[in-house]
Amino acid sequence: MRRYLPYLLAGTLFGFVLIKSEAASWYRIQEMFHFQNFHMFGILFSAIATGMLSIQIIKRMGDRRSLEGVPIEIPSKPPGKVSYIAGGLIFGLGWGLIGLCPGPIFALVGTGSLGALVVLAGALHGTWLYGALRQHLPH
Amino acid sequence: MDTLIAWLHAPWPWYVAGPIIGLMVPMMLFIGNRSFGVSSNLRHLCAITQPPQVGVDFFKYDWKEHTWSLMFVIGTALGGFLAGVVFANPEPVKLSLAAQMMLAHWGFTQPAGNLVPEELFHPSVRNYTLLFACGVLVGFGTRYAAGCTSGHAITGLSTLQLPSVYAILGIFGGGLIASWLLVPWMLK
Repeated sequence: MRRYLPYLLAGTLFGFVLIKSEAASWYRIQEMFHFQNFHMFGILFSAIATGMLSIQIIKRMGDRRSLEGVPIEIPSKPPGKVSYIAGGLIFGLGWGLIGLCPGPIFALVGTGSLGALVVLAGALHGTWLYGALRQHLPH
Repeated sequence: MDTLIAWLHAPWPWYVAGPIIGLMVPMMLFIGNRSFGVSSNLRHLCAITQPPQVGVDFFKYDWKEHTWSLMFVIGTALGGFLAGVVFANPEPVKLSLAAQMMLAHWGFTQPAGNLVPEELFHPSVRNYTLLFACGVLVGFGTRYAAGCTSGHAITGLSTLQLPSVYAILGIFGGGLIASWLLVPWMLK
């Protein structure tokens, strides 16, 4: 159990920030997609910049070992195009409608929102549906 | 001490929140060479709950190897509880004037201390059907695209991945269609 504690703490910080920054707010998401406020773009751009800078620092480090002892490798995504665009589009429709992407769904469930729990139930069914249909989908 | 408590209750500006979210990428690498991303947990939860007689191959794997990831989202919910209940911000979301006018035009009431609008989240058959259906889109889409905002926009762009650029074009396109065309009609 102790080896999972760092993940639990990182997740807690993440959920705390999602609520405090109102990234889990339907209102903020509508504002973002209508380009009415810099707030959400500021969050996304500064998060990406921070991530990028950290990756460049990690690449330049000599001995790169994680706490668990395995060497740190920069993750890479399998190549492709159709599945990324089509999947992104379907997910984006859901996100634009209810203003919740997966991180904020979990954070909002933690605040005791019954509606967020309904969204989570839907997301699990959607995930399962993809798993069941994936051989028939273009990738 | 009082200042700290007040700060924990207040909403955080983007230049505090964004860098902390970005730091999740190196943090997960440093803890155990893990790639930061949330939506894969939806798959793990399906793998845990799928009855053996159903047997969709996509969910047949040893989910216990991903316990670390499930611990991360349990933490996310815990963080949500701390930020939204223990250190709750009683003030409504402070929207830009343009957004306030748009909401009024749509016939939505202005934010009143909640992160989500009552119009969409208060318990009713209609609302919960809509929330469930949108949840299906989020779950289906994120797995089809193999990632969500965290895995593609944050991790993917931070590590300069072309697939994530495609995913973000799709995500933003879908979001624009939804919020410009579908949301104004959603409650009519």
